[in-house]
Amino acid sequence: MTALFFYLFSTVAVASAFMVIAARNPVHSVLYLILAFVNAAGLFILLGAEFLAMLLVVVYVGAVAVLFLFVVMMLDVDFAELRQGFLQYLPIGGLIGLIFLVELVLVVSTWSISPDALQVPLASNAPLEGITNTEAIGRVLYTRYAYFFQAAGLILLVAMIGAIVLTLRERAGVKRQDISAQNARDPKEVLTLHDVPSRKGLPESVS
Amino acid sequence: MNTFMASSFGPALPEIILAIGVLVLVLVGAFMGNRSNWIIGTASFALLAAALLAVGLTPPTRTTIFAGSFISDDFARYMKALVLLGSAAAIALSSDFMEREGFARFEYPILILLSTIGMMMMISANDLIALYLGLELQSLAAYVIAAIHRDNVRSSEAGLKYFVLGALSSGMLLYGASLVYGFTGTVSFPGIASSLQGEASIGLILGLVFLSAGVAFKLAAAPFHMWTPDVYEGAPTPVTAFFASAPKAAAMAMAVRLFIGGFPSITESWQQIIVFVSILSMVIGAFAAIGQTNVKRLMAYSSIGNVGYALIGLATGTQAGVQGIIIYMAIYLAMTLGTFALIIGMRRGNQYVETIADLSGAAQTHPWRAFCLAMMMFSLAGIPPLAGFFSKFYIFAAAIQTGQMMLVVLAVIGVLTSVVGAFYYIRVVKIMYFDEPKPGFEKLPDGAQAVLIACSVVVVFFWLIPSPLVDSAAHAARSLFH
Repeated sequence: MTALFFYLFSTVAVASAFMVIAARNPVHSVLYLILAFVNAAGLFILLGAEFLAMLLVVVYVGAVAVLFLFVVMMLDVDFAELRQGFLQYLPIGGLIGLIFLVELVLVVSTWSISPDALQVPLASNAPLEGITNTEAIGRVLYTRYAYFFQAAGLILLVAMIGAIVLTLRERAGVKRQDISAQNARDPKEVLTLHDVPSRKGLPESVS
Repeated sequence: MNTFMASSFGPALPEIILAIGVLVLVLVGAFMGNRSNWIIGTASFALLAAALLAVGLTPPTRTTIFAGSFISDDFARYMKALVLLGSAAAIALSSDFMEREGFARFEYPILILLSTIGMMMMISANDLIALYLGLELQSLAAYVIAAIHRDNVRSSEAGLKYFVLGALSSGMLLYGASLVYGFTGTVSFPGIASSLQGEASIGLILGLVFLSAGVAFKLAAAPFHMWTPDVYEGAPTPVTAFFASAPKAAAMAMAVRLFIGGFPSITESWQQIIVFVSILSMVIGAFAAIGQTNVKRLMAYSSIGNVGYALIGLATGTQAGVQGIIIYMAIYLAMTLGTFALIIGMRRGNQYVETIADLSGAAQTHPWRAFCLAMMMFSLAGIPPLAGFFSKFYIFAAAIQTGQMMLVVLAVIGVLTSVVGAFYYIRVVKIMYFDEPKPGFEKLPDGAQAVLIACSVVVVFFWLIPSPLVDSAAHAARSLFH
């Protein structure tokens, strides 16, 4: 049963990854990308890493892929035009691809994994008794891997600064909210109260 | 099991100082805007100086912290000092440039500092994850500062090109790292080294090839050098000076630690790759530079060639070779930064000029500057008694000492390509001294002047007292072969 699901998820993942680059419409590409992410999450569940699976769906499908979708829809890129040169370069590209394929086949056919190497990862991944894998990640993320965690934080900081440096512009003539000016407004200067007699309405001079 | 003690972070103190300082500066900048340029520029110097002091105070013994991910030894201390000096020089060079060109922004020194933290993490990386995170921190900040002159098409193009190709190379590096992890079962360099007893499997070699491709890209070594001339030409000149200096030293240190620390028992496997990359870099660096008219492109090819020479030292895989690399990178930094200080001084009629022809007759209008540039060029060409001769000497001597046929041939190719390189370096000198003078340049900014004086002193007087640099390089190299 597990094997069946493994082949199902991995086949769909590979096929949809291929469609990401093969689809004509970029919106379809992003949708195939989402399909690939969901199947990768399925593979994580088969491994027993349900926390990572949920994280993949929440972060990649929920945030990243949706952001991609926004970008693709907002950018007016004519992808059909970008593809113009494709046929022109096909012969040389195909030739290089063929050579690479032959080399890969030659390498893989002599491929052998030493039995010692197989033991190492299995030994270090012994299942922890009695705790969920969310807890297992939590136990090492801020202790054993604190250095990597902080480094990743700095990398995200660079990304944030970079986005601001390269895109934020002070434009003239844009109406901005000025909170201190709003708070400093005095009701006496901006509000006038009128007694409106019934059936007469507001006098012409006020309205 | 996982006890946390503040005192155990001692060896990472330089990085911690920089990281906390950067966070404070980001806040200062965010609240004060571009009025704070001056404060942030000065504070970044203070931070780099404090980090340099902390590097000096770290004990020279070999210690690992963060469960073995971070290593501090003599090699790391030496290379970190080099990187910190290089970054400080890059900030000094940019002092007036940004204001004159109208894109002074407080983020620039902050991004240089963040990039410096990344470089120091690369130097101290003792496993593949730390290596990758350091590399990514360094490169990501570099992509942004390449494009920092965002209203300039060439600067934006440089940033985009660098980013796209850099992302590709990171992908290759990660693929290689995952193969190495898959075949050894560990990411730590000592772990990889100990699991590699005897014959290496094909899969591991494949991973090693991908790792080398990623590293060669970061070093701008041929055949992964295509981005270098365009990025160097398009980026603002002080940014180019930064790219050509500190990150090269950090990437070289990373390569040394990766190959010598992680794969010492399969030297023959990676030696071929390094020899190939080294020959190609030296040849491309020598021949492609001949036709250049832009001085920044010329320096780009020069840096490709120089990386080729330094890689000879790595190809030996010996202690003498590593010592050669360390000396080479220190002197290369001095030569490159000195040359860029002079390129930044090439400003006439309110704009920066950057073709080689603009230098013509500079000896008559600016005798001192022309003299300094001539010294830099002679040194880059490797003419004694200037420093550039000694840096090449230690590298070639290390290669010949090994007695291996392949490495001796490599050294001979190195000598031959230096002769080709001498042609274009000395042509610059000829243009300055024997061609018709053009109108003079404007006054050299103070920052550039300080960098120029420091670098010229190192380059011209290195032969008088070489021992501090050479001896500490020997100590640093020994710490890798404990």
